Amino acid sequence: MSQTYQPKSWVGMLAYRFAPALFFVGLIALWELVCQVGKVPNYILPSPSAIIKAFFDVEFSRWMGHLWATLRVALMGFALSILIALPLSIGMIRSELMNRTLYPVLIVIQSTPVVAVAPLIIVLLGTDDPSRVLITCLITFFPLVVSATTGMLETPPEMIELSQSLRAPRYRETWQIRIPYAIPHIFSGLRVSITLAIIGAVVAEFVAAEEGLGYFIQFSTSFFKIPQAFAGLIFLAVISLLLFKSVQWIQAWLFPWSLPKKK
Amino acid sequence: MTEVSNKAAYVSMQGVGHRYDPNPDAPMAVQDIDLDIHRHEFVAVVGPSGCGKSTLLRMVSGLLIPSHGEVSVFNRRVTEPRDDVGIVFQKANLLPWLTVRKNVLFPLKHKYGHYTPEDEKRTDELLKMAGLTQFAEKMPDELSGGMQQRVGIVRALLLNPDILLMDEPFSALDALTREQIGFDLLKIWEENPKTVLFITHSISEAVLLSDRILVMSKRPGTVLDLIEVDLPRPRTSKTINEPRFAELTDLIRGHIYEPNVPA
Repeated sequence: MSQTYQPKSWVGMLAYRFAPALFFVGLIALWELVCQVGKVPNYILPSPSAIIKAFFDVEFSRWMGHLWATLRVALMGFALSILIALPLSIGMIRSELMNRTLYPVLIVIQSTPVVAVAPLIIVLLGTDDPSRVLITCLITFFPLVVSATTGMLETPPEMIELSQSLRAPRYRETWQIRIPYAIPHIFSGLRVSITLAIIGAVVAEFVAAEEGLGYFIQFSTSFFKIPQAFAGLIFLAVISLLLFKSVQWIQAWLFPWSLPKKK
Repeated sequence: MTEVSNKAAYVSMQGVGHRYDPNPDAPMAVQDIDLDIHRHEFVAVVGPSGCGKSTLLRMVSGLLIPSHGEVSVFNRRVTEPRDDVGIVFQKANLLPWLTVRKNVLFPLKHKYGHYTPEDEKRTDELLKMAGLTQFAEKMPDELSGGMQQRVGIVRALLLNPDILLMDEPFSALDALTREQIGFDLLKIWEENPKTVLFITHSISEAVLLSDRILVMSKRPGTVLDLIEVDLPRPRTSKTINEPRFAELTDLIRGHIYEPNVPA
């Protein structure tokens, strides 16, 4: 991203400022045009206007019910993932034995396609929230472990020497030096994980659910209500984007020093 | 090589050597170092890159226990980091999430978990002495490299150490800043005498600052010469123009560029 871009005229400046939005609007207009002119049936590719209409045809309370179901599972899975990943990372940093023991297991879990395991988890834990939360957790926790351990290992060795030269207790080395140094890494892990959490919740709903946006999309598709399925998909994408941005806002609010320097 | 001194040895190295690899055939990083440093003496160590200067410093700090010989401070063998040692690293290594003032207080916070109002008062005095009062509430990245390293020095002085170990502290700074901060260090040292072990790549810096200079050979680093710097104090920018200054720098340069490793 070039932050030093200096347009020559005010036209250039306006173009630079609004180019992303204009391009996006243009794409949607083109989509609408293709559907209208080509008379593409709605059950093949619905036009943007049909999708918007379908969105408003569904009652608001129904949307909120599905949204809450998905968001609840995604956020619980994400939270559980943080609760497991961070202590695990700290343990693996502090103990070589623990690192050696657990790392292969983590690799095996990460290498197993969670989508394929999902039906087995449903059999094991039933069709309620616990199995959906576990599926979400399995998808999200690996990036967190990797980012947290990488961050803690990248602490400048001289800071560790400073800690050792003071003969400070090791828990303070972890809390006052290693974890803060890992914050930028942890947040890039969190940004990856929060979008994976939505994927995890949707995968779980595809396997077994009676509500949620993933369930709504699957259900709409099976009844050939394609515009409605698209409306659900776009809603899901917007929620995912908002969650991603929220993680960035939280980082900027709590740890402003950890952001890359602006010019 | 044995150093006979009329003053009492404060830091004493006897037959000190270190091999990082436990295999007895592996090369030594440093070997056969005999050196007595008097209390409040300023000793510089110069030598080519990789000659084990930093290894030497870490052995005095107690961060590294030598595989051969022993280091003692005030007739007590160094077996772990001591409370009366302050270390200044090559990079300032300030914590980016703490203000300058809190960075200076960090060793106390890290070692004991808290600090007292008296400690804060002392911090403010140290910051004043280093000309940093107006930067006390700034974040490290708002400071120039020279200012950051001043904070690093002040931090090392917080616990009022008797021994100050400096590992190429000014090597990341530009030439002008470097000279200025060198004189500032001398001023601080003259007002609060400390035993200083100062590692540097710069021959002129070593001559300008120190009482004696230990010249080390290429790896495995050992003592090539120990030079008394008989330039009068206080030293100023005029010291550089004295003929004796040129003689001493030439002498050291000769040692480093001629491959006359002693038998």
